Amino acid sequence: MADGSIGLWTVPLAVLGGAIRVSTPFLFVSLGECITERSGRINLGLEGTLVMGAMSAYGISYLSGSPWLGVLAAGLTGALFGALHAGICSLPRVNDIAVGIALMLFGTGLAFYLGKPLIEPTAARLPAIDFGWWSDIPQLRAALRINVLFLIGVALAPLLFWAFRTTRWGLLIRTAGESADAARAMGHSVLLIRLRATMAGGFLAGIGGSFLSLFYPGSWNEGLSSGQGITAVALVIFARWDPMLCLWASLAFGGAAALGPALQSVGVTSGYHLFNAAPYILTLLIMIITCSPKRTLSGAPAELSITR
Amino acid sequence: MDFGGISRRHLLQGGAALGLSAAAGLKPAFAAETTIGFIYVGSRDDYGYNQAHAQGAAALKKLPGLKVIEEEKVPETDAVEKTIESMINLDGATLLFPTSFGYYNPHMIKMANKYPKLHFEHCGGLWTDKDPKNAGSYFGYIDEAQYISGIVAGYTTKSGKLGFVAAKPIPQVLRNINAFTLGARLANPKATTQVIFTGDWSMPVKEAEATNSLIDQGVDVLTCHVDGPKTMVENAARRGAFVCGYHVNQSPLAPKAYLTGAEWNWEALYPKFVKMLAAGESIPNFYRGGLKEEIVKVSPYGEAVSDEAKKHADEIKAKFMADGYTIFKGPIKDNKGNTVIAAGTDRGQKDPELEKMDYLVEGVLGATS
Repeated sequence: MADGSIGLWTVPLAVLGGAIRVSTPFLFVSLGECITERSGRINLGLEGTLVMGAMSAYGISYLSGSPWLGVLAAGLTGALFGALHAGICSLPRVNDIAVGIALMLFGTGLAFYLGKPLIEPTAARLPAIDFGWWSDIPQLRAALRINVLFLIGVALAPLLFWAFRTTRWGLLIRTAGESADAARAMGHSVLLIRLRATMAGGFLAGIGGSFLSLFYPGSWNEGLSSGQGITAVALVIFARWDPMLCLWASLAFGGAAALGPALQSVGVTSGYHLFNAAPYILTLLIMIITCSPKRTLSGAPAELSITR
Repeated sequence: MDFGGISRRHLLQGGAALGLSAAAGLKPAFAAETTIGFIYVGSRDDYGYNQAHAQGAAALKKLPGLKVIEEEKVPETDAVEKTIESMINLDGATLLFPTSFGYYNPHMIKMANKYPKLHFEHCGGLWTDKDPKNAGSYFGYIDEAQYISGIVAGYTTKSGKLGFVAAKPIPQVLRNINAFTLGARLANPKATTQVIFTGDWSMPVKEAEATNSLIDQGVDVLTCHVDGPKTMVENAARRGAFVCGYHVNQSPLAPKAYLTGAEWNWEALYPKFVKMLAAGESIPNFYRGGLKEEIVKVSPYGEAVSDEAKKHADEIKAKFMADGYTIFKGPIKDNKGNTVIAAGTDRGQKDPELEKMDYLVEGVLGATS
């Protein structure tokens, strides 16, 4: 169109752009949680880890001028939180869900406290790769400005899928998750496996946080996550502990988050609250469709405290 | 009950010791300090609503004889009562500013009844005759500043499409959207404002998505009414669009893209309140005003603002300052074609009808439900 508007095409484009822009934190947190839960533990604290990751990435990027150092710092902070969770859970008679909730509150509280002076300054952001160079439609080019973290996340999903199936490490994690006794009988320390799996999960969740503060929406503030970490943890159950399904579910959530604003921008104004709730309605629907009173969730690691 | 008398007696009893007169700079020799408590619902450096109040608090800190205490992130629940109690009992605060809208009823009312000798000032304009006399609720007609922003936006837009990222369709927000649009159409009668409601006051991801969707639609000047405009300002500037700010001056975030903005001017109002008390006067329970009363202000123009736009905007601003301008002047139609303000009807700023606004004017693309 002459005035540079693309009319109704905005909606599919926004959903595409949203799937790419909004999905990355979901993807990293859900893949991380996938590793942790496959080892037989639930870490609900990833919301706190995500927010801590976002804060530390922003802080380090601001102080050092290098966003990549920020990403690394976020990952390490996440791993530290993972170690804390695993450490506390390895004590006898400690419930991993309760520890997770405590760490979620601790992580967000600590991030808000330490992040106070970071709200105002502007930190160096992660660069985007322009995949839309071939197009002369500015809207499409904007949607295709992709951050490399998204690509890493997309590559990580099949890699994890493959690793769970065929590598020794994947097998060990799965053994610890399916039957702790079997892992012990094989001569492995279940606690050590779970420590490593939770740390790896925390590392990924921290990186997911760095995407929020360093790329999109791209600044540190206290409303930044607004529950995305918790949503991503739920997403793992929804994805049946399968990394590839985590990828598709994250993309669907990202696209659904963009649907509400996009529909309003083209003039579909009725019921925008409903469209804004689209990701949650989607979750509920799939949960209802796939649940059955006759069997436990397929794919659920047997050692998880919710299935045991 | 004679509020003035109580206020004076309070001042005579405690005022000397508290050094309220020192606050006005009259007798700086007083050793004791007056303690003023500020309570914010969010972070005080959010580039938004809370920062605007914190700037007002900072202006008070500069005055001699005043001690300002602040607490951030106090939810609009019983928590605010606890904060007020501790500010009174532990810090000795005698004047309190619970700044968030939802603090007023029942929390602040309850505290004002419990401590009848202390003063409570709330931002939101909610005071009615039934409420305690030591409580007050002030508010600013920030739509005047939005109207000026609209004029500047109307001159700057090339596509004639403006965007508004809004939280919820409540009267205060609708009034800003409508004033912005009416201002823009003064400059460019064909201009339209596309509005997107995010559903809540602080939704950074939704705000960023809304900003991107608007720009995808060809919008080239954006403004907003959410608690923290930082997300909209930064994301719009990254996409090469212009922005008008809200709450405080966001130009440090996007110096090239920032045109102007509608700001609160609490740093002018709060010292006035303190001086009123120090002089033994009572603060009017229901205190309101716009540009003329220095409760709101317009950000300095950015470099992208044309001389023509500046001239027109300054002209209207001067009329506001002289109190000779009405934004909502009939005939005004809503965007469904119904006449909402009949020809010949002037709805001045203080008109209570405007407080019930539930429509979007002609030129706004969007709906309130």
